[in-house]
Amino acid sequence: MNITHFTLQEQAILIIAALVLFSSFSLLAQTRIISSIHAFAWQGALVAAATALVAFVANQHHLYISALLTLALKAILIPWILHRLVVKLEIAREVETVVHPALVMLGAAVLVAFSYYVALPVEKLSLLATRNTIAISMSVVLLGMLMMVTRRQAVTQVVGFMSMENGLFFAAVVSTHGMPMVVELGVAFDVLVATVIFGVFFFQIRESIESLDVDRLNRLAETDESAAVAEADVAGESE
Amino acid sequence: MTALYLTLAFPLFGTLLMALITRCRLAGWLNIALSTATLAASAALAWQVLDDGPLLSPGKFFYIDAFNVYLVALTAFVGLTTAIFSRPYMTHELARGRVNSRRMRLYHSMYQGFLFTMLLALSTNNLGILWVSMEGATLATVLLVSLYRTPESVEAAWKYFILCGVGIAQALFGTVLLYFSAAAQLPKADDGLLWTALHGVAAHLDPTVMSIAFVFLLVGYGTKVGLVPLHNWLPDAHSEGPTPMSAVLSGLLLNVALYAVVRVKMLVDGALQHSTTFAHPHLTGDLMMAFGLLSFLVAGLFLHRQRDIKRMFSYSSIEHMGLMTFAFGLGGPLATFGALLHMTVHSLTKSSIFVTVGHATHIAKTQAIDHIRGLIRTQPAVGWGLLLGVAAIAGFPPFGVFTSEFLLLTATMQSQPWLTVVLLAGLAIAFAGLFRHLHPMVYGAQPEGQHPVQANMLPVIIHLLLVLWLGISIPLFLAHWFNQATLLITGKGLL
Repeated sequence: MNITHFTLQEQAILIIAALVLFSSFSLLAQTRIISSIHAFAWQGALVAAATALVAFVANQHHLYISALLTLALKAILIPWILHRLVVKLEIAREVETVVHPALVMLGAAVLVAFSYYVALPVEKLSLLATRNTIAISMSVVLLGMLMMVTRRQAVTQVVGFMSMENGLFFAAVVSTHGMPMVVELGVAFDVLVATVIFGVFFFQIRESIESLDVDRLNRLAETDESAAVAEADVAGESE
Repeated sequence: MTALYLTLAFPLFGTLLMALITRCRLAGWLNIALSTATLAASAALAWQVLDDGPLLSPGKFFYIDAFNVYLVALTAFVGLTTAIFSRPYMTHELARGRVNSRRMRLYHSMYQGFLFTMLLALSTNNLGILWVSMEGATLATVLLVSLYRTPESVEAAWKYFILCGVGIAQALFGTVLLYFSAAAQLPKADDGLLWTALHGVAAHLDPTVMSIAFVFLLVGYGTKVGLVPLHNWLPDAHSEGPTPMSAVLSGLLLNVALYAVVRVKMLVDGALQHSTTFAHPHLTGDLMMAFGLLSFLVAGLFLHRQRDIKRMFSYSSIEHMGLMTFAFGLGGPLATFGALLHMTVHSLTKSSIFVTVGHATHIAKTQAIDHIRGLIRTQPAVGWGLLLGVAAIAGFPPFGVFTSEFLLLTATMQSQPWLTVVLLAGLAIAFAGLFRHLHPMVYGAQPEGQHPVQANMLPVIIHLLLVLWLGISIPLFLAHWFNQATLLITGKGLL
């Protein structure tokens, strides 16, 4: 596949797709909580831009509404809510330690290669010009999962979760020109409610363990030994 | 049509109404009244579908056939009996000070909201809306899991939220892929997520894309079914929330998630088995059998080491969901008929067990198995209820679970004889795991100062009688119903 065979608009979509993937990597690398929320907002804006561009290229007017919805929700409202929560919880300046950052980055690269491998048979029959975007959106989903696995801060886990949602939405837009409007609205509604509930949880978690480090949520372990260890931990900390 | 709209309208109205009602006593009664109305509407709907066949709403937004209508009726029924149990139970929790009146408001509102999302998931024809309502069910219940605000319950709710959220995101990706492969076949893009439309063109859908989509959908909805190794959230969420929630989560939510998997399997099977080039025509069935069997065995083993009574029964739910997934994967009329029956009897039995467990924990004032003793002496109704419930769930004749497990074993013997041994071993392990904990709880010496509590055993009695009835003789209309659903899923009827 030669890049010069595409029209200018299609090339632009590919560039935006690449930038979305890049923003996923920067989310993974970003250790400051505030900065990762900003990176997430940029990703949302990029997805919205891609949606608008696809709407223009494919002449699908309902996609303009989706683009606006994405911009409002993913680039403005949700980052703003998270930002406010972070300020309110007084963790805005906190820096998270990521264990083995280099390994995480390498793992992320492997995941991208894996997505391309899975998407290979799918790409062959795509009728749309925007081809390797399926692989990219799958990578964004997987990188979001990787971020949730490697982070221990509740807020950054949520950012990872939302970035997965970005990947899913991106997949729907670039591979199929968006889902039916009613489904998109439903998904947007779910995401919004989820954000609010996440906000409630931040306070509940902090109230119960006086921190947002979810690794310390370890009371419900399956084995007796680890439960005993957890209790000893709690006892040790209260001293 | 009216019956369907009413079935959905009552719980939706209930969600909004309950959010406004500040008086807890009134809310408890209203919860029962609304659930009764929902059940009546769903019974009317079931009658209609039974007489006239499948029902497609004018906008093609809802589709009711033999497969989902019985689940709609079952959901409404268990919703009502659990509401009857929940009223005195939650009043007791309020009196103990574990919840305040604001949280009771949240609880009642979300109870109805949960019923609404599940009924919507069952009745919708649109796979996208199916996803939205499955996620909605998580959102409605997640704050209920942390209702008591203990560190354990907050942890359980967080785990539930994150794991189910991540899991179900995979299902959305699978849905997008389905839509993608349908877009090439259907003239109108908006029809691409309608189950009826997809089912019509299933044979022409691309098998490669469909198989990738199925893997994502199985992982996604499988997380909600509680399939091992994606089950970690389930015992926590079921054990830390209020007991009525455990009853509906175990009895209903898992069914609805499995329903979603089977619906999708019907589409993917259509694509794979009509394709001449695809290498694994039985991919869906094989995957479901593998996941199902693994869950069945692992959960059976985990039963042995549980220390919390509600956790133990959540593992038992995983075990039974594994068995059903296995049976749907096995395919064929006999296995499918057995799986449908098993879905019904498991829901009824498991919710009745959770109701009894709720009373038992009130008697013993703890959920720790080691401290629940001598239930039969303290309160015979609760003790016997628990004993009979566990006997039923372990698959003792003459209860219905025995019948369905017997059918499943027969079906396995027909098509995969060597797996029968594994299934029998799994059943024996689970049986031992349940009874080693049950025996001292029911018969053991009664601790001092243990008093009977005010218990409403009516839901338990009704459920167990129904399970008994299904075990002795399945009523003709119900058998006909299951047969129609089997015909839909496998293409061949049993009767």
